[in-house]
Amino acid sequence: MSANLTIGKAINAGLRRAMEADPKVLVMGEDVGRLGGVFRVTDQLHKDFGADRVIDTPLAESGIVGTAIGLALRGYRPVCEIQFDGFFFPAANQTFTQLAKLRRRSAGKVSVPIVLRIPYGGGIGAVEHHSESPEAYFAHTAGLRVVTVANAVDAYWMIQQAIRSEDPVVFLEPKRRYYEKAEVDTDAALESAEPMGRARIARPGTDATLLAYGPMVKTALQAAEADEERSIEVIDLRSIAPVDYDTVTESVRRTGRLVITHEAPLSHGVGGEIAARVTEECFYHLESPVIRVAAFDTPYPQSRLEEHYLPDLDRVLDGVDRAFAY
Amino acid sequence: MSDTTAHDEPELVQLLTPDGEVHTHPDYPLEIGGEQARSLYRDLVLVRRVDTEAVALQRQGELGLWASLLGQEAAQIGSGRALRDGDMAFPSYREHGVAWCRGVAPRELLGMFRGVTNGGWDPAEHGLQLYTIVIGSQALHATGYAMGVQRDGALGEEGGDAVIAYFGDGATSQGDTNEAFNFAAVNNAPVVFFCQNNQWAISEPLDRQSRVPIYKRASGFGFPGVRVDGNDVFATLAVTRAALENAREGNGPTLIEAFTYRMGAHTTNDDPTRYRASAELEEWKRKDPILRLRAYLEKQGLADEEFFAGVDEEADRIGEQVRTECRALPDPAPLEIFDEVYAEPNVHIDRQRADFADYLASFEDAGAEGGR
Repeated sequence: MSANLTIGKAINAGLRRAMEADPKVLVMGEDVGRLGGVFRVTDQLHKDFGADRVIDTPLAESGIVGTAIGLALRGYRPVCEIQFDGFFFPAANQTFTQLAKLRRRSAGKVSVPIVLRIPYGGGIGAVEHHSESPEAYFAHTAGLRVVTVANAVDAYWMIQQAIRSEDPVVFLEPKRRYYEKAEVDTDAALESAEPMGRARIARPGTDATLLAYGPMVKTALQAAEADEERSIEVIDLRSIAPVDYDTVTESVRRTGRLVITHEAPLSHGVGGEIAARVTEECFYHLESPVIRVAAFDTPYPQSRLEEHYLPDLDRVLDGVDRAFAY
Repeated sequence: MSDTTAHDEPELVQLLTPDGEVHTHPDYPLEIGGEQARSLYRDLVLVRRVDTEAVALQRQGELGLWASLLGQEAAQIGSGRALRDGDMAFPSYREHGVAWCRGVAPRELLGMFRGVTNGGWDPAEHGLQLYTIVIGSQALHATGYAMGVQRDGALGEEGGDAVIAYFGDGATSQGDTNEAFNFAAVNNAPVVFFCQNNQWAISEPLDRQSRVPIYKRASGFGFPGVRVDGNDVFATLAVTRAALENAREGNGPTLIEAFTYRMGAHTTNDDPTRYRASAELEEWKRKDPILRLRAYLEKQGLADEEFFAGVDEEADRIGEQVRTECRALPDPAPLEIFDEVYAEPNVHIDRQRADFADYLASFEDAGAEGGR
């Protein structure tokens, strides 16, 4: 069956399918039960799977991740919802010192197959702590996998792949794109879906590679369309850690230019890391330095300023122009 | 400002006085026969010997660090012996006596403090999770595991599984410990919180951690709390067994405060003479968990000199075994750095492993050439 789903509905459908396939899959978090989550991503799951599998937790993020670890040690596969990006931080200890390290600590005797679902990124006019892009913290932590989605098809499949992974996965959901729709073939086999570790060429091109992920993929595609002079290839990274460098470097060797854009601040970020690696591996193919178009190295501003803070179509095109100035 | 700190200290559950006299208690009748009492004595002595040897091995440079359990043997052996095979224990990093009860060999503990593993035993095999060093983190893991037991329907009958979380007085200040209390209470999870109040969190005395006796914290969360003489192995066994039974039957969590004393340093890096008076230690030496059980066994005529000498000989053998095994623990191979970070292949790590292997091999090649 093919369904026209939003990203939010696609994650919901993916969760449902994973819960039907494996009775050990649990959903837990704040307001995920009767309410169906503040973004309704867990809508109806509580009604259909019951309070033992869709757990309304106390309002304590460390408790959510910490008890999820215990449930995983007992053989369950918890999917935790952290309500907003900026509310992750109380759970940082459990995530960084325990979740990420338990496999290594136990020399492989212990697995903690937990998914942390986190709506992230800005652009929704929210108050402080509701618009952040914390992906670099996760990506810098050994033991975590970090993925994000840009469309409903990936949302449907990648949430199921994340749940099936034996490794802990941080699953970042682009909240301002929750309502973007796409046709999803919900009957296909999970095994036939593109692996979540692989990047995807979202738009082929020949003159420059524009790399984006999550909410910025749509902006990147719009920028590529808007550029009438140059043929821009857009890569949807999908997996932030590890990075599918094969796809990225193959593209850059063809186009000779790389522009990376993300909503997270510029410095010490995912873009900087990819720029360094691509420079090492594609040095003789590069026609210009790798250009980064990112948010500023400031706290996320008041919402009336976010249109200036977030990279938009014009700033991305300005970055592309800089790449062609060499 | 009113001072509500514990002027009227509550009664301990105590079944065995420091002089080895039996104390009757209405809720916890003494149900320990001669054979079990001798076996508990043996455990206390052997675990103390392992600990003593480990401190010495650290002084000799064989271990990087050791966290001594000296003085806390009864709290750990009593609670550890209350556990059944299907139960799961979540330790902090000083629970060598619990590990002993769960069948984890001393060399496994030594391996971690020597730096050759991060704690390599199989938690499922032993019913003991790995040592957890970030204070209080494991209390939430225990609670989540207990929530899993509930979902497995493994409660309410003889075969019910119970969970126990170990932590110290310092951990009661951590958010994670308090979140664990609350998650356990809200879910009525089958978990026993076993706090060894050894009076000192490195250099900070209990009054820097809590204004109320620790066991009283439980009432605010909505479950029972009990203070037990942590140097009385009969009492820690009885109180823990009762709390575990309560959990198994589906009646939810209990907080046990085992009132004890850290007779040694926090770890081998610590110097307690900087922050506490030796008179305090002398006072607690009179409450030593091993001496009182020995006095009991002698007074009751349950053990003779031959028995005590036999235990001491066994301790000598184990001491020698610990020394030998510790020195024989092999260093891990350099490329082990990259193992078991992920379950699934990871291109970054795979590449770094290959590059580092090449780098290491380049020295071997150079060495071979230099030897010509």
